[in-house]
Amino acid sequence: MAREMMFAEAIAVAITEEMQRDPSVVFYGQNMAMTDRDPFVRKFGKDRVRITPISETAEMGIAIGAAMNGLRPIVELYMAEFMLVAFDEVINEAPRLRYMSGGQVKVPCVFKAGFGFAAGWAGQHSNCTYHAMMGIPGLKVAVPSTSADAMGLMRAAIRDDNPVVYLHHYMLTIDKGPVPEGEHIVPFGVADIKREGTDVTIVATAWMVKKSLAAAEQLAKEGVSAEVVDPRTLAPLDIDTIVESVKKTGRLVLVDQAPRHASAAAVIAGEVAEHGFEYLKAPIKMVTALNTSVPYSEPMESYVLPSEEKIVSAVKSVLARHAAAV
Amino acid sequence: MAASSELGKDKLTWMYTQMCRIREFEERVKRTFVEHPGVIRGHAHLGDGAEASIVGSLATRHENDLVMPSYRCHGYPLVLGTSAKAVMAEIYQRKTGVCKGFGGSMHLADPAHHLPTASGIIGQGIAHAAGAAYAAQVKKTGQVVYSFFGDGSSKQGAFYETLNMAAVWKLPVVFVLENNEYQAYTHIKLEDANAIAGDPLSQKAKAFSIPGATVDGTDPLKVYDAVNEAAERARAGKGPSLIESKFYRFSPHGNAITVPPVPTQFQEHEAIEVYGNKAEFAAAQANDPIKKFRAHLIGAGVVTEADAKKIEDFVRTEMDEVVKFALESPLPAPEDALNYVYA
Ligand SMILES: Cc1ncc(C[n+]2csc(CCOP(=O)(O)OP(=O)(O)O)c2C)c(N)n1
Ligand SMILES: [Mg+2]
Repeated sequence: MAREMMFAEAIAVAITEEMQRDPSVVFYGQNMAMTDRDPFVRKFGKDRVRITPISETAEMGIAIGAAMNGLRPIVELYMAEFMLVAFDEVINEAPRLRYMSGGQVKVPCVFKAGFGFAAGWAGQHSNCTYHAMMGIPGLKVAVPSTSADAMGLMRAAIRDDNPVVYLHHYMLTIDKGPVPEGEHIVPFGVADIKREGTDVTIVATAWMVKKSLAAAEQLAKEGVSAEVVDPRTLAPLDIDTIVESVKKTGRLVLVDQAPRHASAAAVIAGEVAEHGFEYLKAPIKMVTALNTSVPYSEPMESYVLPSEEKIVSAVKSVLARHAAAV
Repeated sequence: MAASSELGKDKLTWMYTQMCRIREFEERVKRTFVEHPGVIRGHAHLGDGAEASIVGSLATRHENDLVMPSYRCHGYPLVLGTSAKAVMAEIYQRKTGVCKGFGGSMHLADPAHHLPTASGIIGQGIAHAAGAAYAAQVKKTGQVVYSFFGDGSSKQGAFYETLNMAAVWKLPVVFVLENNEYQAYTHIKLEDANAIAGDPLSQKAKAFSIPGATVDGTDPLKVYDAVNEAAERARAGKGPSLIESKFYRFSPHGNAITVPPVPTQFQEHEAIEVYGNKAEFAAAQANDPIKKFRAHLIGAGVVTEADAKKIEDFVRTEMDEVVKFALESPLPAPEDALNYVYA
C-alpha cells in the first residue's frame, strides 16, 4: 500500500526513520532545531540535532571529521549555493580523504541542499551546481523528482559509506505523490523510467522530470509516444538504462535546468554518443537554460529556463529530422 | 566631518527625512505583498528598525565614499540619492528598475550613486568592500568604503579573512556590523559565542587588533559619532574599524518562503512566531528609532511638531508616487535576459 506524501515530508520521514534506526546519524544546520519544540530535537535530543551559525566551511568540515570518527552526519544547507562558500569541503576534502588514505578511512555524510528555485530568487539563489560535483570521483549526487524517490534516495544516502550531495528541487517541495509503505529504499545508480514510450527518449532530473512528463502528455495527444527516463542519481550515473531506451526509440532529448555547458545533459550526451551512436536516428538535442545567470524578473526568467513548450518543440525537431531523412 | 553635536538644522532635518523615507518605503514593500500579490517575487528583506543605523552611518560620508550593503539593501540607495522610483521598480521586476529587473530586492546596485553592488550570499560583500577600499588606497582617491553586514554574517569565513587582511593592509574601510539580534529565524544567543558569553560583538575586533566599538543603533547621532570616528581614522590611513550597531528589525527576516503559486506575505516577527516572546518584540517597538529621533528633534527645538508632520506627509506622498510609478512601469522583454552576460 502506498501513502501520499509531500516531497519535503518524504525527506523528513526518511531522516527521522534513519535516525531511529541508527544512533550514529546526526542532523544539523542553520535555522533548524531552534527550540525544544522542534520535532527532531524532541525525538533525538540536542546532541544529535543542532543549530549552527552561518558557517558552511565549519558545518561541512565538522561533518567530515565526525564521519571519520564514527558518526553519520546530515548537514542541512538549505540552498545548494550556500555550499559554494565552502566548496573545498564538498569536492576537495570529503571525496578525497578515503582515496588518499589508501582506503583506510571512510566519510559517510550527507550534504542536503535545495536547488533550482525558479521563483524570482535571481542570480545567486536559483542555480544548478550539480555539474561541478557529478564528476568528482568519490562523491555521490542524488537529484530526486518524486516523493517516493526523495524518501528512498535519502535513506540510501544516509546508509551509504561515501559522502553524498543530496539535492532536492525547491519547486517540488509541496508536490504530493505516493510513497511505498515500509523501509522504501532507492539504490543509487539506477535510473527509473517515469513514462514508457517508443518514439523518443527524454532524459531529465528533478523539476525537469515534471516538465518532461507534461510535455510527453501533450505529445501523446499529437500521437507522439515519448519515454521519460530519470537517472535519479547523477553520480553514479546509469548510462545503461538511457542507452537501452535510446536503442528502443532512436531519438534522444536531454532536458536540464542548468546552462548547456554546466549541465548534466552535456555529460549524458557524450556517453550516448559513444555508447549508443548506432541507435540514433537523429542528432541528440539538448534543452537547457540559456547561457545567462538567472534573472529576477519573471518574463526574463521564464525565457532562459527550459519549458514544456521548448521540450515539445525539441522532440518535434528530432522527429522531423528523421522524417526528412527517410 | 564634525561631531554630531555640531550638526545643524538642515542636516538633522535631512536625517529625519531619510529615516522616514526608509520606513515608509519598506511599509510599501510589505503592503505590496497584500495589495498586489505576485508583483514582488523571491525573497525581500526589509530595513525597518535599521533607519537610525543606516542614516547615522551614511550621514558621515564624504562625496565619493562607497557603500556596500548586504541583501537587506533597500534603505541605503534611498539615502544615497538613487531614485526611490527606480528602487521600487526593481523590486517590482520592472524594466525601469535600477537594475532593469535583473537583480531584484536582494541585489540593488547603483554605482552612479556610490553603491556598486549588494551580494545575496552571506559575508561575501564584506570582502568586496575591502577590495573597493584597496582600490581607493592604490589610486589615492581618498574614498572610505562603508561595509554593512549582519550579526549572523560575522560567522562566515569571509568576515575573518577580510578583517584580518584589511587590518594588515590598513585599508580605508569601516565595517558596520548590524546587530539586530537575529540571523533569519535564529536568535543570536543560539549562534554567537560573544553573545552567549554576554560580551559585545565588537569584541571580534580584538582578534584583528583593530578598534571595535558597540553603539546604540537606534540613535542616529550616536551611530554618527562612532562611524564618523572610524571613517576619519580610515581616511587618515590608519586602517579599518569594526562598529557594532545594535538595533532591532521590526519585520520578520523576509516574506514567507513559498513555492508558486502559493502566495507569500510577511508573517509575525520570529520573536513571536518562533520563540513566543511577545515582550521582546514589544520592548523593541517601544524603542522605535524614528519616534525617538522625532521627539529628540522637537525637544531640542530643531523642528516643530508641524515641521515633522510636513516631512511625514511629504514622504507619504513621495511613496504614493513611487508605488504608482513602479506599478505602471513595463516589464522587461523576455529576450532582454540575454544582455549583460559579459562586459
Ligand atoms: C553562505 C550563505 N549561507 C546562508 C545564507 C542564507 N541566509 C540569508 S540571510 C541569512 C541571515 C543573515 O543574518 P544577518 O547576517 O544577521 O543579517 P540580517 O538578515 O539580520 O540583516 C541567511 C542565513 C546565505 N544567503 N548565504
Ligand atoms: Mg541579523
